[in-house]
Amino acid sequence: MKSHTKQFAAALIALAAAAFPPAALAWGEIVGVSWSNFQEERWKRDEVAMRAALGAAGARYIAADAQGSNEKQLADVEALITKGAKALIILAQDANAVRPAVARAKEAGIPVIAYDRLIEDPDVLYLTFDNVEVGRLQARAVLAVKPRGNYVFIKGSPTDPNADLLNAGQREVLKPALDRGDIRIVGEQYTEGWAPEVAQRNMEQILTKNGNKVDAVIASNDGTAGGVVAALRAQNMAGIPVSGQDGDIAALKRIAKGEQTVTVWKDARALGRAAGGFAAKLAEGAKVADIKDAKPWSGGPKKVTMRSVFLTPIAVTRDNLDVVIDAGWASRAQICSGVDRAKAPAACK
Amino acid sequence: MRGWLEEAGFDPRFTSLVVALALIWAALAFATDGIFLTPRNLYNLSIQTCVTAIMSCGMVYLIVARQIDLSVGSQIAFTGMVIAFVQTEWLGAEAPFAWVASIAIGIAAGMVLGAFQGWWTAYRGLPAFLVTLAGYLMFRGAAFLVADGQTLAPLSTAYQRIGGGIGGSIGTAWSWALGALACAGVIAQAVYARRSRARYNAAMAPVWADALKAGVTCAALLAFVAVVCAYPEPGAAGGAPEGKGIGIPVLILAAVAVVLAIVARRTRFGRHVFAYGGNPEAAFLSGLRTKRVVLALFVLMGALSALAAVITTSRLNSGTHSIGQMAELYVIAATVIGGTSFAGGIGTIPGALVGALMIQSLDNGMVLMDVSSAYRQIFIGLILIAAVWLDAIYTRRIAR
Repeated sequence: MKSHTKQFAAALIALAAAAFPPAALAWGEIVGVSWSNFQEERWKRDEVAMRAALGAAGARYIAADAQGSNEKQLADVEALITKGAKALIILAQDANAVRPAVARAKEAGIPVIAYDRLIEDPDVLYLTFDNVEVGRLQARAVLAVKPRGNYVFIKGSPTDPNADLLNAGQREVLKPALDRGDIRIVGEQYTEGWAPEVAQRNMEQILTKNGNKVDAVIASNDGTAGGVVAALRAQNMAGIPVSGQDGDIAALKRIAKGEQTVTVWKDARALGRAAGGFAAKLAEGAKVADIKDAKPWSGGPKKVTMRSVFLTPIAVTRDNLDVVIDAGWASRAQICSGVDRAKAPAACK
Repeated sequence: MRGWLEEAGFDPRFTSLVVALALIWAALAFATDGIFLTPRNLYNLSIQTCVTAIMSCGMVYLIVARQIDLSVGSQIAFTGMVIAFVQTEWLGAEAPFAWVASIAIGIAAGMVLGAFQGWWTAYRGLPAFLVTLAGYLMFRGAAFLVADGQTLAPLSTAYQRIGGGIGGSIGTAWSWALGALACAGVIAQAVYARRSRARYNAAMAPVWADALKAGVTCAALLAFVAVVCAYPEPGAAGGAPEGKGIGIPVLILAAVAVVLAIVARRTRFGRHVFAYGGNPEAAFLSGLRTKRVVLALFVLMGALSALAAVITTSRLNSGTHSIGQMAELYVIAATVIGGTSFAGGIGTIPGALVGALMIQSLDNGMVLMDVSSAYRQIFIGLILIAAVWLDAIYTRRIAR
């Protein structure tokens, strides 16, 4: 009985030590990370890169997972501050609900990085991929293959502000060719909920309306691109230029087979690495304004001027499929299985 | 006008539905310079309608029995992911009969989902609205977990034909044979019904009315066959292109609809469903195993959702966890537009089919007209209100 009590006490102490490590033992400043929902597969890649970048800069990583709850995220941020975080990286579950937590950090004089999702506050550093640039890359890759002809826009969900940002970038690139009359928009539809089968039906209708006289499709992500390619295949038209986004394995396979032209890939590790680097600097006492990559930006819904860093995504085509393979995002076997060797891209040979 | 229509044995509700559909088609044909009525578009329309229509058949039964299933869209997503997972990750897409096994496993998975919801509803007495709302959330989440949010593709080559794409139809000869067979069935059924009514001296519609009904049905069936046979298989190599004929999804839908229509009218199970919907208490007191009936209905709905998932995934040639969003709303709308009453006890399979066709026609035609999704949703909403309003008027007339 006595030994049990002892064990229990020891366990308690160990637990407390793990939960509240004395700051004196730390060999660097502490950076606290509040994840919105770590269940989602993709954040694990971000985390690995983030930890590595923090470690390289001599900072320590502590984290909490809000498990999709706004309330828990508030408590998490407070706990991170209590544990001695000198800088915070917050992946907001909800851009507005997280504000009290940001206010708390500001009171304590702790700088905050809004990671991938916007927190509109003049003192926060916003770090994300440039969605307008994603649209530009999509249009540029398709335009390079098909400088003249009939174009179709398969846009994202009408309820997602990103859908319009993407389309703005796409139009910006196509504008000169449109003005010259080299290309014509013969169909344009939103895709409710980014659902592939909706994109497929819309594409079927656009093909019917135009008697198949469609030369290229600017689809906003890989899911909708999948629907578009299915509609094209039913008309034996698979192979005309189609764009996408996300670097889905299914899309990489289509690129290897020549059914899709480009997928714009946001390397989660680049985002994590950048956040880790900035956070380490901020934790050592640098001001948000001192970070030289950060530019003033006021494109949010409330038009608040804040500092932001936009990373440039990568356009993956059949010529540089190696990028995703080298990055460990997808394996050669996954991408190249079932591809005709004679027509296979270099990455599959 | 209503009077003689009813005397002649025409269901006024179904007749007005068909007339409304004809008006919508005429308007869409006019607004799209006839593109709407081309064989190609009608073939596509027939395929696009199948997913909603198949699920509507199950929803008719559920709503007749005073239940509802809000989770059918999530069921499609989950069963679709299971099917794609079995093909791509487990057995290998091109392994022999992998696609057959995947369909069997998918349908079994759908039935398990249905049984889960049916058990809570029937045996634990929770309202179906809440149980299936929970299902709506849970099954969508489960669909994500099957492959951690990944899209699974490509699927088996043989499987892709089920979606009605290239090689996904039965050709002209078989289509005409099936059309003729269906036509003969319609006529035989009409003659048989008249004979048995005569035997029992039951009230009978005039001969011309029954002949007209059978004639119109036959003409519609054969016109459909003629249209889909007039659509050539795209990109056929050399020579005169072969007509596509009836798409495989349409055959699946036809089989489901015929079986369920017969079950509704001619079997004990069907009568129990309608008896329970008409008056649950009376049904229970007269010794029907009402709980078992309700459980069976949810299992049936799960199986039909899986069938819809088969068509969706094969059309897309991939499994994605985001498919089937808002499907529950379209399915319920189609069922209600087709004259199934939320008061229970009333509803028909043919009505639901026409309801599904009406919704898909609007969606299909308005994309041809370059109407944005926002206006399409408003239009379909208005049609739904109109249908429920007609239903209310009709119910009041009967009560009087």
